[in-house]
Amino acid sequence: MRVYRALGGVWLRLACCGLVILSLAGCGDSGPASSGAPTTVRRLTQEQYATIVADIFGSDITIKGRFDPDVREEGLLAIGTSHVSITPASLEQYDSLARSIAAQVVDEKHRDLLVGCRPASKAAPDDVCARQFLSEVGRQLYRRPLTDSEIATQVKVADDATRAIGDFYYGLETSLAILLESPRFLFREEIAESDPDNSGGFRLNAYSRASRLSFFLWNTAPDDALLAAAENGDLDSERGRARQVDRMLASPRLKAGVRAFFTDMLGFDTLGGLAKDPQIYPKFTATLAGEAQEQTLRTITDHLVTRKGDYRDLFTTRRTFLSPLLASIYQVPIQARKGWEAHEYPDGDPHTGIVTEVSFLALHSHPGRSSSTLRGKAVREILLCQAVPTPPANVNFSIVQDTKNTNYRTARDRLTAHRTQPTCAGCHKIIDPIGLSLENFDGLGALRQQENGAPIDDSGQLDAMQFSGAVGLGKTLHDSPAATACLVNRIYGYASGHLPAKGEVEWIKYLQDRFAADGYRVPDLMRRIAISDAFYKITIPPNSPTQANSGAGKAPSMERKS
Amino acid sequence: MRFTRRTALRGVLGGGAVSVALPFLDCFLNDNGTAIAATGAQLPVRFGTWFWGCGLTPGRWIPNKTGTGYDMPTELKPLEAFRDRLTICSGFKANTDGKGAVPHYTGSMSILTGSAPKGQGLVDFPTFDTTIADTIGTATRFRSLELTATGNPRDSNSLRSSAVINAAEPSPAAFYARLFGADFKDPNAANFTPDPKVMVRKSALSAIKEQRDALLAEVGTTDRARLDQYFTSIRQLEQQLEIQLEKPAPLEACSVPSQPAVTKTGTQIDDAIANHKLLAELLAHALACNQTKVFNMVFADAGSSLRKAGSTVTHHQLTHEEPIDEKTGCQPEATFFVERIVEALQTMLVTLDGVKEGDGTLLDHSLVFAHSECSFAKIHSLETIPMLIAGRAGGKIKTGIHIAGNGDPVTRVGLTVQQAMGVPMNEWGAGSMQTSKSISELMV
Repeated sequence: MRVYRALGGVWLRLACCGLVILSLAGCGDSGPASSGAPTTVRRLTQEQYATIVADIFGSDITIKGRFDPDVREEGLLAIGTSHVSITPASLEQYDSLARSIAAQVVDEKHRDLLVGCRPASKAAPDDVCARQFLSEVGRQLYRRPLTDSEIATQVKVADDATRAIGDFYYGLETSLAILLESPRFLFREEIAESDPDNSGGFRLNAYSRASRLSFFLWNTAPDDALLAAAENGDLDSERGRARQVDRMLASPRLKAGVRAFFTDMLGFDTLGGLAKDPQIYPKFTATLAGEAQEQTLRTITDHLVTRKGDYRDLFTTRRTFLSPLLASIYQVPIQARKGWEAHEYPDGDPHTGIVTEVSFLALHSHPGRSSSTLRGKAVREILLCQAVPTPPANVNFSIVQDTKNTNYRTARDRLTAHRTQPTCAGCHKIIDPIGLSLENFDGLGALRQQENGAPIDDSGQLDAMQFSGAVGLGKTLHDSPAATACLVNRIYGYASGHLPAKGEVEWIKYLQDRFAADGYRVPDLMRRIAISDAFYKITIPPNSPTQANSGAGKAPSMERKS
Repeated sequence: MRFTRRTALRGVLGGGAVSVALPFLDCFLNDNGTAIAATGAQLPVRFGTWFWGCGLTPGRWIPNKTGTGYDMPTELKPLEAFRDRLTICSGFKANTDGKGAVPHYTGSMSILTGSAPKGQGLVDFPTFDTTIADTIGTATRFRSLELTATGNPRDSNSLRSSAVINAAEPSPAAFYARLFGADFKDPNAANFTPDPKVMVRKSALSAIKEQRDALLAEVGTTDRARLDQYFTSIRQLEQQLEIQLEKPAPLEACSVPSQPAVTKTGTQIDDAIANHKLLAELLAHALACNQTKVFNMVFADAGSSLRKAGSTVTHHQLTHEEPIDEKTGCQPEATFFVERIVEALQTMLVTLDGVKEGDGTLLDHSLVFAHSECSFAKIHSLETIPMLIAGRAGGKIKTGIHIAGNGDPVTRVGLTVQQAMGVPMNEWGAGSMQTSKSISELMV
């Protein structure tokens, strides 16, 4: 954890050849040596589950149910998925989901298309058809071919159920439901193998590599081509991986992967539960919250994927997408009466970059007013990967909260008074000046020039940089080395499901360096990670007999608490 | 024909094993009215927690008198009718043992796990409702049911470990579907035929169970515990199906409620009150129908997010900001929420007490442990956090008493409650809160 933050806060630009001398690694494109990290076992997210089911069975299969909430760790739900389990109540949900999906797949409307074979008799077991269907679907769900004994078990489940009920399709349904609630499907279990290129070392096996790659780039299970590549050894080399990675980066599905990453990093899971006071912000609804998220994700994918833009420009871009509802908040005239319309703000407009969108401004505000503190904290924690301590227990917030006090009409006045308390000053002076530059946006994200009749002073400060307004903040974030280093750390944590281990630090610094050299192109960064050997390297597999007496192995339990 | 226990029994035996069509009459009870005569089984004893965030007001909830016949303090007045079945524990303290207090978390987790947590979300031990559930709740359809009135499934205080949190159900409509949907078997139904599809599902689960050893051998220690929890959940699902295959014993108090409409959930106080009432009513039916013996209800989340419609501040903010009115000794706006909270607890007790069962009510056969996460929320105080014990637990605990803890660790209360619920333990808690001293005034 500390290692992670150190990387986020301090950006070290290291020349590759400097590293050669230091680490004796090759000066090729692959960077310094990495120790790798322990394998992970990640619980599928609700979105991954739904995407996989739609990939296999089509999007007209209804998925009704709620999963247990994910847990955010070190800024990412993706890391939390490596530490959560499945409770009895949660398994009930998986069970009823699995049965409902399986029933739809074999119903009269879908069976001919989705099952792919017909039984000799609808009332009796048909091993050939059952085997064909279950082994094919099983390979997609387990993200590897089923073993012979796994296939035999699934066919037997189908046969037994067929005999008991007298219905072949009920048999298939029962067996499919079992696949859908199997731990081999619900958990992304990684398996290590000896690394032939690194004697005594370990790497993920080919199917685990395919999964890591696929969930990283597309946020779903490997497709047929990727599983085939795993099977025939194509994923063993960087060159072979490059072929698959380039295919996947060229696919429209890359946008889904990029959206999933930013949804996690920007904390949009909490947008769904966001509450605003209806008397103060009557325009705020769940629909608006959903559209605000969509606006930012469209802005991001358009800029990073379609236009292959520089990550830093996300903080200054004037290009965005608007729905009629959002346009009414931003007070921008648009043509579209429904749907989305591309929009470009004029030069000098305070709407610059994703920090000036409702998804950020409303999410990091109070229900009834803006919050320079929450916004400043979000900039530090989410965009710069810096930790902000929690406030002390016994604090008198009266001045900050009283928006009616005529002595302190603006948020700046109130916060300044609050900051005179020495216990609060330490943190607030590094948070508030960031958020104060956004005070021209109210608690929903609409522009305002005054607060309680007093003009708003939108000057701000981030570390040594002084600036004014959202334009100044955007430019400062654009130029901040911490922001780009943070992106690299987050994307690596997201892709690997763990905090960087000690032995990965040099490699991540190298990634930060290459990210700069590549013009801060996020798909290029994703490509570099996805084809590298380092991404698939494992310190030591958990079941290795050498683990007990090896000092190199880092137990997963230590990883969490470090 | 005179209807006696004997003829009723003869009816059961003569009518075949799976087709019983008898009304549940008091003749099923023994002379004390406590046991089901046909099976000799005691009426079940239930356990529940009821949690609210942000405490009560110092000076306004602790009786002056200790022991029985205590004076009902101002903030607990709505519970007056339950005084002879309500024990108030004051003066017990949560010790952090140098781990540092996490506001709105350390207090509740100290009470429930017997040890201060290492940090937010990091507990060293399971919460004791799970221990009680493992003791009394293994033969019911659900080992426990978790509920929240403030809309967020994350608001659950029932944890088996930091990674295994029993998420709470916020929606009465969804709760109804889970309890009384297709998988519900009415204990008082005239006929019972085991569903062959349930049999098929149960036996199909063995295909998952047999993966256990191989899978656990492939992963490291921490992941092994997580996956083992998954297999524990599978075994509980299997047990739920098993229970559906057996003819349930008829239950006098069991009736199927009507389906509630879909409601708006959230932290707005009126929504919380309405949803809590619906959830409490469904829960009472679930308990009376023996679907579970253990529940955990969060009325207001830790650091109460309750708010009034049209207001910008939450209960939590008020506890920190609002000046104390010298005349009443309370924060008037924050006290509005305290009053609603205690009324909600009253609703829960009234609801349980409204179900007649054997010689008393569901509340008489329950132990409801109600508590908060701090004493004075303004300063997150961990001294004298309010803890209340309602119900008679089927006579397994003495009640109607005000116990003054005099700075003893909160674990004394947790130990007492667990022992009353039949958990075999002599001591409980960790560090300076380890104790073997249960509260003798409460033990039967």
